[in-house]
Formats: sequence, structure tokens, C-alpha cells
Amino acid sequence: MSETLKVKQALTGNEAFAFAMKQINPDVVAAYPITPATEIVQIFSKYVADGEVDTEFVAVESEHSAMSACIGAATAGARVMTGTSSQGLALMHEVLYIASALRLPIVLAEVNRALSAPINIHCDHSDTMGSRDSGWIQIYCENANEGYHSLIQAVKIAETINLPVMVTLDGFIISHGMEVVETLETDVVRQYLGKRKPLYNVLDYENPIMVGPLDLTDYYFEHKRQQIEAMKKAKDVIEEVITDYNKRFGFDFPVFAEAYRMEDAEYAILSMSSAAGTMKEAVDVMREKGEKVGLVRLKVFRPFPYEVLQEFFKNVKAIGVMDRSDSVSTMGGPVFNEVRSALYDLDTRPRIMNFVFGLGGRDFPLSDALYIVNRVKELKEGKTLDFVEYVGVRE
Amino acid sequence: MKKKGWKELPEGAIIEKVPTSQEFKTGSWRTQKPVWDPNKCTNCFLCWLYCPDSSIILKEVNGEPKVSGINYDYCKGCGICAEVCPPKIKAIHMEKEEF
Ligand code: SF4
Ligand code: SF4
Repeated sequence: MSETLKVKQALTGNEAFAFAMKQINPDVVAAYPITPATEIVQIFSKYVADGEVDTEFVAVESEHSAMSACIGAATAGARVMTGTSSQGLALMHEVLYIASALRLPIVLAEVNRALSAPINIHCDHSDTMGSRDSGWIQIYCENANEGYHSLIQAVKIAETINLPVMVTLDGFIISHGMEVVETLETDVVRQYLGKRKPLYNVLDYENPIMVGPLDLTDYYFEHKRQQIEAMKKAKDVIEEVITDYNKRFGFDFPVFAEAYRMEDAEYAILSMSSAAGTMKEAVDVMREKGEKVGLVRLKVFRPFPYEVLQEFFKNVKAIGVMDRSDSVSTMGGPVFNEVRSALYDLDTRPRIMNFVFGLGGRDFPLSDALYIVNRVKELKEGKTLDFVEYVGVRE
Repeated sequence: MKKKGWKELPEGAIIEKVPTSQEFKTGSWRTQKPVWDPNKCTNCFLCWLYCPDSSIILKEVNGEPKVSGINYDYCKGCGICAEVCPPKIKAIHMEKEEF
């Protein structure tokens, strides 16, 4: 059955996100436009105006209000979505924590963009990495096709475990680049998702409840512990949902991470999002020269799938971890730090270094990808290198 | 009271039994207590109007509202009622609280 249900469309990343939202037909969308995610809200508001969705669209005056309105609607049992980028996500920061702690399955379509200053509207991961500890599940997609399907899966994941999910696409590179997206039919999406079964409904006057009470020293820790447990369980849920989705609709999406030519790899690169496409090309070039190199594309960053990475990297001698943001800690980027920590317990620990690249949308050509692979090869061969390198920056 | 562990708490920290503030007796914060004299009281209701904790109890007597006492479960002993009670009446005075 699965083949007949798919429709091929030429869509940009933003269009793919907006189209998925139309098919999901959420009860409420509260959003504020921001480059490069503007089109998501713009296209979606047209669907609302044209009566193609039943969604209550709340046009707010800021992202802080957008997330606050999402939280309000979600506590009343609504299926809620929003979209944002960069400063917008940063402005939501305070309320992101409230959404996750109240266990609200809000789904956010996020387009990765650098944070000011200086003002920059292009891609890097500083925005979502800034929210990495907010208790949201984070899924980083390689392309528009994966973004479209991940957004639908995200609703299922969020509502199964009662945690919010952000699905990300690289700004401009994917949000504005057009590609073939294999979409499902609307009925199929709506049937797959069914109705949200909320944990509670603050508007149920028959059964009044209190949401967001004061916790102080005597219960806050217990509630956080509970939230941590939900994030642990989210790993099983993510695996179940994506595996089932693949089986149901005939796809082959990776769950936590994608292994590319890793079978007999002696050294490897770990990358996320769109840069993985360029990296795959670099891996192919090196493989043709007989180099045993592979790539792992990390897709789920929260919860952090350290067990999966340990398994992938247990036999490699050296790893280069790519970060499209820097934590300005003088210790490299956020992905590097977590990957390095995850591999600390391996019996034979691989040598590992960090490559910070592409900040503020700086181009990432194949030559840079090949440079990185060659540096990791040198690392494998025992050369002593700095543990962080900045690729593509002018000296 | 034994406090609940993280496995026993409701998800999302919601409180299912409301209103909860009625069960949270805050009167023990008091160091001074108001004492009301029914014989002096003219039922002007100034104390009832000004009490920040809704601790002045009104009851209906023969279809008329009357002050009938002070709810010490919530009264925090701020003394506002004694202050606003008209000086010539002085139906409320403050005393040191002993628990
Ligand atoms: S002392 Fe304060 S709280 Fe207590 S009854 Fe008087 S006004 Fe109310
Ligand atoms: S303010 Fe004094 S006189 Fe007036 S109702 Fe209260 S206690 Fe009675």
C-alpha cells in the first residue's frame, strides 16, 4: 500500500515544514515570523485564511508570546505547533523550560541560524544549541525531505512521551533550497496521528486542576528527576515511532544517527544536518583512494544517544567531530564535548578532535570537507594536533 | 507528613485537588493575635473590608450580616483590623500570640 500513498513534490525546506503542518492540522499555531523561518508562518497563515486547516492561528507580537500562547493552548489539551529561528528561539528561551516541565507535547519547526551580534541571518547551530538544556527533544535533519517526515513523527513522539520536540533544518541551505520531497497523503497523515490524548486539560471545569504551582526546595528536585526519566524513556519512544513509521510507509529514515560507510572504517567523522551531505562526498572521494573512512550523521541530539555512538565508534582509531557552533568555552563546540564524553568509557578510546566550521553561514566546500578527513587521518596515524580547529576562518 | 518521591508525583507537577490554598493553614505565621469583642462591635465591617487574609468571619443573623469572629487558621496577625476599627469603638485589640 505504501507506494501509492506517496506524492513527489518540489519543495523548499520551509515549504516542506509548512506543508507537513497543513497535513497535521494542529488545533493551535501561535507564531511570529523571523528570517529564515518566516515562510513557515507565512505559508501556514495562508492555509488558515483559505480554510485548508481548522487551526486557530494566533498572530502574536513576539516569540516569547508565541511560546506562551502555545503553552496555554497545550495545557487545555490542544495539539499545538509553532515555528521559529535564531533570536526568536532565544526570545522563547525562558518559556521553553516551562513547556517541557509542564510536559506539554508542543512541536516546533526550527530553522537554524546564527545569533547576534553581529547580526547574521545565515545558518549555524548556535540557536538550538543554546536551548539544548531546556528539556526539549532535538532532531537535526539533513534535508527538506527528512524535515517533512520528522515533523510528522515529532507529533507522535511528543504526544507519546509528553515532551516538546524541536525539529531543525539548516537556514537558507535547506530552508530556501528546493528539492524533491516525498510526501504522504493528507488523510494518511491525519489517520496516523489521530487525536491528541492530553495528560490534563486546564479548561475542564468538572475536574479543576492547578498548573504550574510553586515547588521550592521540597518538590522541585523530584519533578526535575521525573522529567529526566521521561527524557530517558524518550529514547525508546523515538526508536519505536521512527521504526514503525518506516515500516508503515516504506521509508528508511535513521533513528538516532546514520552510519555512512562505517562497516570497516578505521577513522570517522561525526557531522550533523546538511553538512553531512558534503561530508559523504568527501568520504566517497577518500574511499576511492582506498582510505577506510566513514561518517556518522548524528540526528537526535536530545536525548543524547551516547550508547549508539559508543557502538558506532568502538572500533575506530580516530574521530573528527564537526560543530556548526562554538560554546565559547575554549573547549570546542557542544557536539564535540558530548561525543568525547560519551566515548570516554570505551575499552579502547579513539583519538578525537573538533572542527568548528560554517559559523554565520560560512560556505563549507568539498575542499574543507576533504581537509577535515585528512586531518583525522593524520590524527589516526599518531600525529599530535590541537584538539580544536577552526575550518574556513581567515587567519 | 512523609513527602512523596519522584515516582509518586503527577507528571507535569499538576495539582489535581483544588483549591489547595484552603488546605494550607497559614495562621501559624502569627506573632500577635487580634481579639474581637462582640459587645463593642457596631458591625461597620471596616475590619472585614480591610483584612488582607479574608479572616474576619461574617454570618447572617435574622437576614442581616454580622461579624461573628476571626478565622485564626489564616489570620497572620497584621493588626490592620485593630487599626481600622473606629477609635471610639475599639472592638478589636492585639495580644501576644502563644501557640
Ligand atoms: S490581624 Fe490582619 S489578618 Fe488577622 S484578622 Fe486582623 S486584619 Fe485580618
Ligand atoms: S471594625 Fe470594629 S466595629 Fe467595625 S465591624 Fe470590625 S470589629 Fe466591629
